[in-house]
Amino acid sequence: MTTLHIKNGHLIDPANGIDGLQDLFIADGKVLAVGAAPAGFVAGTTFDAAGLVVSPGLVDLSARLREPGYEYKATLESELQAALQGGVTSLVCPPDTDPVLDEPGLVEMLKYRAKTQDKAHVHPLGALTMGLKGQSLTEMAELTEAGCIGFAQAEEPIEDTTVLLRAMQYANTFGYTVWLRPQDPHIGRGGIAHSGPLASRLGLSGVPVMSETIALHTIFELMRASRARVHLCRISSAAGLELIRAAKAEGLPVTCDVGVHHVHLTDADIGFFDPNARVTPPFRSQRDRDAIRAGLFDGTVDAMCSDHTPVDDDEKLLPFGEASPGATGLELLLSLALKWADDYALAQPQAGARPLARAVAKVTADAARVAGIPAGSLAIGEAADICVFDPAARWTVSSSSLASQGKHTPFLGYELSGVVKATIVAGRVAFQR
Amino acid sequence: MSNLVNPSQLDAEALYRVLLEQVRSGLAGASNVAIVGIHSGGAWLAERLARDLDLTARLGVLDVSFYRDDFAQKGLHADVKPTKIAFDVAGATILLVDDVLYTGRTTRAAINELFDYGRPAKIMLAALVDRGERQLPVAADFVAAFTAVPPGQALVLKQAGDKFTLTIDTHHA
Amino acid sequence: MLNPQLNKHGELQHLLTIEGLPKSIVNHILDTASSFVGISDRDVKKVPLMRGKSVFNLFFENSTRTRTTFEIASKRLSADVINLNIQASSASKGESLLDTIDNLSAMHADMFVVRHAQSGAPYLIAKHLIDTKQPHVHVVNAGDGRHAHPTQGLLDMYTIRHYKKDFTNLTVAIVGDILHSRVARSDIHALTTLGVPEVRAIGPHTLLPGGLDQMGVRTFTNMDEGLKGVDVIIMLRLQNERMSGALLPSAQEYFKSYGLTPERLALAKPDAIVMHPGPMNRGVEIDSAVADGPQAVILPQVTFGIAVRMAVMSILAGNQG
Repeated sequence: MTTLHIKNGHLIDPANGIDGLQDLFIADGKVLAVGAAPAGFVAGTTFDAAGLVVSPGLVDLSARLREPGYEYKATLESELQAALQGGVTSLVCPPDTDPVLDEPGLVEMLKYRAKTQDKAHVHPLGALTMGLKGQSLTEMAELTEAGCIGFAQAEEPIEDTTVLLRAMQYANTFGYTVWLRPQDPHIGRGGIAHSGPLASRLGLSGVPVMSETIALHTIFELMRASRARVHLCRISSAAGLELIRAAKAEGLPVTCDVGVHHVHLTDADIGFFDPNARVTPPFRSQRDRDAIRAGLFDGTVDAMCSDHTPVDDDEKLLPFGEASPGATGLELLLSLALKWADDYALAQPQAGARPLARAVAKVTADAARVAGIPAGSLAIGEAADICVFDPAARWTVSSSSLASQGKHTPFLGYELSGVVKATIVAGRVAFQR
Repeated sequence: MSNLVNPSQLDAEALYRVLLEQVRSGLAGASNVAIVGIHSGGAWLAERLARDLDLTARLGVLDVSFYRDDFAQKGLHADVKPTKIAFDVAGATILLVDDVLYTGRTTRAAINELFDYGRPAKIMLAALVDRGERQLPVAADFVAAFTAVPPGQALVLKQAGDKFTLTIDTHHA
Repeated sequence: MLNPQLNKHGELQHLLTIEGLPKSIVNHILDTASSFVGISDRDVKKVPLMRGKSVFNLFFENSTRTRTTFEIASKRLSADVINLNIQASSASKGESLLDTIDNLSAMHADMFVVRHAQSGAPYLIAKHLIDTKQPHVHVVNAGDGRHAHPTQGLLDMYTIRHYKKDFTNLTVAIVGDILHSRVARSDIHALTTLGVPEVRAIGPHTLLPGGLDQMGVRTFTNMDEGLKGVDVIIMLRLQNERMSGALLPSAQEYFKSYGLTPERLALAKPDAIVMHPGPMNRGVEIDSAVADGPQAVILPQVTFGIAVRMAVMSILAGNQG
């Protein structure tokens, strides 16, 4: 029986309401006890977490691993290593690989490859329609058996509303969650920046907010008709969040996430056409960014994810409109979540706002709940997937400090707080700094 | 070497009268004469000479900014004035006028520029003051006074109303 | 990030856009240009300012007119000119933009005149030159996507200054497809920088971008209203693609509401001038009677364009970064 004792750490486990100095005892890859050592416990390994935070391993609701098909951009090996260095122990990957994850065999292969890496747990999303083409349904039951935790269209909105309705009805038959990025199939499709005065000045084709809100209206109508559970991906606007708030109040079974970069950046961060700021959805106005921050605080936004999208130099160092959209994120998720805590949550007047615990919740327990996976909790008997980090230590985002093959993020060159000191997967110290 | 006048004792108005007489006798008998002044001091002098010699119809002004040999070091001057040559340079006897003759580089630039307008029959150089320190083999045909000025100091012609004055500036142009 | 157009001495290192340029630099360019105008009348239409320098015209978007005027301007400065017509498709098959720049820099290019279909492309080049520490190489934006066409903006200002002298009491109207126009954006920035109190944009809603008020512009969808009392009319070219993109039904209908006819011209001030960046679509945005009439200054714009480009290139060439 392998045992691990993490001592002297500040344990933050929002799923179980823990936020204080507590030791953690692990045996055979599972949490054995919290607080006091169980009788007869002998620590095979002891980890001194004095001055550090001990939390559940991060749960990332969107990370592109680029396998299968895009190995020239990144590989499972490099990206799962990046996950470990970012403290991420469970991640969800979208189905827009090559080939698309619409066949059980592909999903099995991916799960197998990920397992042999023995790093983070990989939970794939299956394609909602074959080839993501929006025409015929995928074998959702087979794909779920192969390991898919939900079904998505990635960046390919379904043009035929009837198909979307049928897909949602079919998914609901089995209780599967449909993960949808709300974007109109036509309005703003060629756009590369938020429709607004800045895009007008810079001469960049715009993606109007209504691309998101029109799609949200459609999705909510279809939800009322189909009763399907939907998770909305990468909300970008204040208006979109308003609609989601109302939908939740109405009782629709909907959750949503935001990309962690969008918690901090606006269209002004495009600066002088910096291709690192070319992302989808685009960074919107200050009002939208502020609504995202507030939405995280009041629960309208259920989780933050990295939306990790490795893009290589050849596809990024191009004029803004030609650059491939996307930013690297696995290794920034923790720091940017903590930055939200510092910049926003800390300033909220509510007594006991507990910004650190709130931030951790948004990338652990809340994210796990959305995905419906057993993660983000350090209750007794749960898998010992743990992140140990120093919230005060600072690091500089650079090509060399990033393990991912994706080296592009608007935060390149920035100094951020929050350094992962150790990542433990199933009780084994998989990464240590 | 001619007598050197103390630069602080240069009387610009008196020197102008000396230069005018030199030029008047030097141009006697010449045909197709024109006067071209180099901005800014030379241009003022040329204007006055043209009036006094009744040559206002054959007056031009040159800005040598585009022909300077220090473009690579100093870039384009902040204040480029237009060059105006209203007469035909080809075959003309041109009196080139500058206020202070120093290294000779401005004269060379002016000559290069004039040749881009046409082929003159003759160019003569008139300078109010020659301060020596030539860096090119250039000599003036008409000079009112010779002087020496310490390096780092500039001898500057100024015009107030209708009066010329010469002053010493310690700031380099 | 510091403005990549200016070097650490605050001098112009690249000309990428008029937006954000100090008024003093804009005026310096216009003043220098007036010295270059007279050169076309001389025997030797050259000055030796850029002798021995190599100017590479990098046109990723076709344009014989603009490329030709830059070539003439370069040659009048005694520079050597190399023309590279890189169609977008061959660029995507082969070298990346930055690889192309690196190769040309290795051939000792001194100046890149760049036209590209993507807004912001010249910034990528300028940033790359700064990152690779090449302060003696300069970039002139000859038009990037919808973003900017600074030399056109400057020559338009030169033209207005030539005919109207004082910017501070003018009303200027820009008419046409402002949404897609880099010329319009550069004109707007130049006009507001030089203190024009009223800048108007006239066009149908489908061709007017959002955010024009933030740029200091009054919008009009009624051309008759918009032209009342105007001193300067800048007509923009209407491209055929606009009809296929569901932005306009037809050229005929466009002309009916937004074409500059003699009747409409009469609504402006009697001494108003008519400008056009060219090439003109007669009968689409402008009536021939107006284009050939006494108020049009379209041909002088072309002449001034060479002098303005000479001014820009010589000022850049003299700044070492």
